Amino acid sequence: MSATAQSPKVQTNDPAILGFVDCDVHPYTKSPADLDAFLPKRWRELRQTIGARSRSPFVAAPNYPRMSPGTGMRMDAWPEDGGHPGSNLNMMREQLLDAFDVSFGMMMPLLGRGGDSRDVEFGAALCTAANEWEAQTWCDPEPRLKAAVQITTEYTEAAIKEIELRAGDRRFTHVMIPPRGLEPLGRRRYWKILEACAANNFPIALHLGGTSGHASTGGGWPSFYHEEHPSYPQSKEALVTSLVTEGVFEHIPNLRVALVEGGFAWLPSLSWRLDKHYKRLRAEVPHLKMLPSEYIRRNIWVTTQPMEEPEQPDDILATCEWIGWDRIMFSTDYPHWDQDDPRYALKVRIPEKEKRMLFRENALSFYNLTV
Amino acid sequence: MTIPMPGAIDCDIHPALPDTRTLMPYLDDYWRAHFQMRGLDRDNYDAAAFPANAPINARPDWKPAKGKAGADFQMLKTQALDGFGLKYAICNVLHGAQAIFSEDLSAAFCRAINDWVAKEWLDRDPRLRASIVVPMHSPELAAREIERCAVDARFVQVLVWEMQEIPLGRRQHWPIYRVAEQLDLPIGIHAGSSYRHPPTNLGWPSYYLEDYASWSTGFAGVLNSLISEGVFVEFPRLKVVLMESGVTWLPAWMWRANKTWRGVRAEVPWLEKSPADYAREHVRLTAQPFDSPPNAAMTRKIVEQIDCEDMLLFSTDYPHWHYDGGDALPDGLPDHLIQKILVDNAMKTYPRLKDRA
Amino acid sequence: MARHVVATAGEIPVGGKKVVNPAGREICVFNVNGEHYALINRCPHEGAALSYGPVVGCFESKRPGEYALTRHGEMLRCPWHGWEFDIKTGQSWCHPESVKARTYKVEVVAGSHLAKGPFVAETVQVTVDGEYIVVEV
Ligand code: FES
Repeated sequence: MSATAQSPKVQTNDPAILGFVDCDVHPYTKSPADLDAFLPKRWRELRQTIGARSRSPFVAAPNYPRMSPGTGMRMDAWPEDGGHPGSNLNMMREQLLDAFDVSFGMMMPLLGRGGDSRDVEFGAALCTAANEWEAQTWCDPEPRLKAAVQITTEYTEAAIKEIELRAGDRRFTHVMIPPRGLEPLGRRRYWKILEACAANNFPIALHLGGTSGHASTGGGWPSFYHEEHPSYPQSKEALVTSLVTEGVFEHIPNLRVALVEGGFAWLPSLSWRLDKHYKRLRAEVPHLKMLPSEYIRRNIWVTTQPMEEPEQPDDILATCEWIGWDRIMFSTDYPHWDQDDPRYALKVRIPEKEKRMLFRENALSFYNLTV
Repeated sequence: MTIPMPGAIDCDIHPALPDTRTLMPYLDDYWRAHFQMRGLDRDNYDAAAFPANAPINARPDWKPAKGKAGADFQMLKTQALDGFGLKYAICNVLHGAQAIFSEDLSAAFCRAINDWVAKEWLDRDPRLRASIVVPMHSPELAAREIERCAVDARFVQVLVWEMQEIPLGRRQHWPIYRVAEQLDLPIGIHAGSSYRHPPTNLGWPSYYLEDYASWSTGFAGVLNSLISEGVFVEFPRLKVVLMESGVTWLPAWMWRANKTWRGVRAEVPWLEKSPADYAREHVRLTAQPFDSPPNAAMTRKIVEQIDCEDMLLFSTDYPHWHYDGGDALPDGLPDHLIQKILVDNAMKTYPRLKDRA
Repeated sequence: MARHVVATAGEIPVGGKKVVNPAGREICVFNVNGEHYALINRCPHEGAALSYGPVVGCFESKRPGEYALTRHGEMLRCPWHGWEFDIKTGQSWCHPESVKARTYKVEVVAGSHLAKGPFVAETVQVTVDGEYIVVEV
């Protein structure tokens, strides 16, 4: 594509970046009441009175206050209509979808708190409403945006029903599970849900989130967002450990999992660690038939944001090689403060072939997307 | 690889307390009677974080015919001290004493263990040194115990679990760090948990393998806490030693912590340099297990990324099972680091080793 | 290098900023307590438009738990990842030596003086009795 052929809004002429697949886009409601249109009366009233209750101390604020308004939004993403960043489709087009001629944006809505609701029936209703809202408000006017099937893992029947309801609807491409749930996701009690994902050909996007009520470190609750933010990779490590060790991938070999918003540089060391100690403790987990690293290599994909920034920028190349270039997918996390710009997030030159895999090809095949 | 020279300093060996009864002579009258009355001497307060017979915690040829690995002095002497030709070895007793919910009972246990270690281990071989076990949930009692034990120069470090009630950097713990700094005692933070919280932020995993894997993520949290809270700003001479942490997780932690600091540092404005640089100055790691990558070139890459020659300390982790034979040093370490890892770094980290050197 | 008239003096209030485009270069001009400074409107990290960032003071501390706000209005926080820049020097708080936003020379010049030239005024009408903010690009 030549620079002159571009609309003036297009912000790059790098062919590897143009048309990329963004594996983490956050749509927001203009107001929480936007979900009401999709909620039955009983739940609408509950939403307006008591509201969704999770396992955290505040009604609507996160445990750890962020460093910019709107719980950590990028400051140039506030629409003029007064809504929340990520709530205005035109602005999202201008800043992201059109700016880079994005092929697909994989939506990861963080709203409604359905997955976190302690009242699981209410949680299931909120998930259904949020899914309808996603499809109608975003996918219908902008088919490049692909919807997540949001579910509550604490209500197996409802979760499976929701997965089956959305299967076959081309607007929905992935099931999204907030990994900080009541128990690690690999535990047997969640297998029926995971089976349903695979049976309906949905890959799973595990976007950081959820209010488990468990301290965000094994040694208790930290004081600062300065500690909470870097605890995201620790959640991902526990997640990989659980899925692998419990034998999920032995039981459901075709399950495909993407880890979203946790970076990726921690993955090689975790693989080495699991392999090493598995050899000593294998009698405890006889259901595993391969090395942990082999399950990881086969069933797990990572997304890039928040991009790793090694002290020596070149070191990122070794990390990507150790993970496998075919398992890494670019994500912006628009419109959050820590989002990445596809043009500048990578500080080293990536070979063309690998760049195309990272920005586009891996995600197209992971999410079963056809252009 | 095997260690190329005698005279190494082993920063992590684990003598095992055979049973609670063993401590009875080391309790004062009150607590001895209390233990007897409640039958505590018959109970097993071994730490759940380190099941004694799990293969990873008891190398087959280091396990006595009877009893726990690490409980037999003669075996430890022959296999570790003589076997590796050690100059010193630091005893870290991993025991549930530090996890007992009552501060006072926990403190009584800790006192007894420290006196037992001095008498039954340190007195029996001049090469042995020890860490002071403390009730971390009572800063006052912990500080008092540190002062009491530190009179004996053979205690060279304070020993705590990585996962406690509250993150280790929190200001409640600072009285402990204050005395430790004054008395030239590094804080030895060992893998493991007192299980006040699930070891992962996703909840309770099913398997010990998962708990074991979680130790390294726990250490990432520990460093985030110690650094963010400003422990190293307040106590500029304090050193911490991460024991049995796995090591190769460190570069990725450094990158992430540095990146967060650039954007979020206004929340913790006392930090004057990057988290990685605080770690390089104040944090040391024992090198077993190392969680090595598949080949030596990759190990060298990791060591380059750590980019600090002072950080790694030799350990056999006796009697834990991470390697066979005498291969206590991870393969692939650059030659010029070996002497530092075996001896020099420990001498700099533990000022109290000099007293008798 | 040419001198570009980008605003009238007084147009940018204390604590305010204005994005200007001399010679096709996007630049953000700041009024810090009555003095004017100019930074390229592009964060050296991932390219955010710095003009969307808040002008703040310096969040400092002598020891943990003590907080001091100094140098009011002299720092700019990037609207994306929050890196802080010294508006006067462009230096970043975390890596002052290696990470900088490019600075430009700014002056307030009397119209009568400008009349002697040379200068470029694309968007600002210059009169001899006015005062103007001039950026050297
Ligand atoms: S773009 Fe400015 S801090 Fe990242």
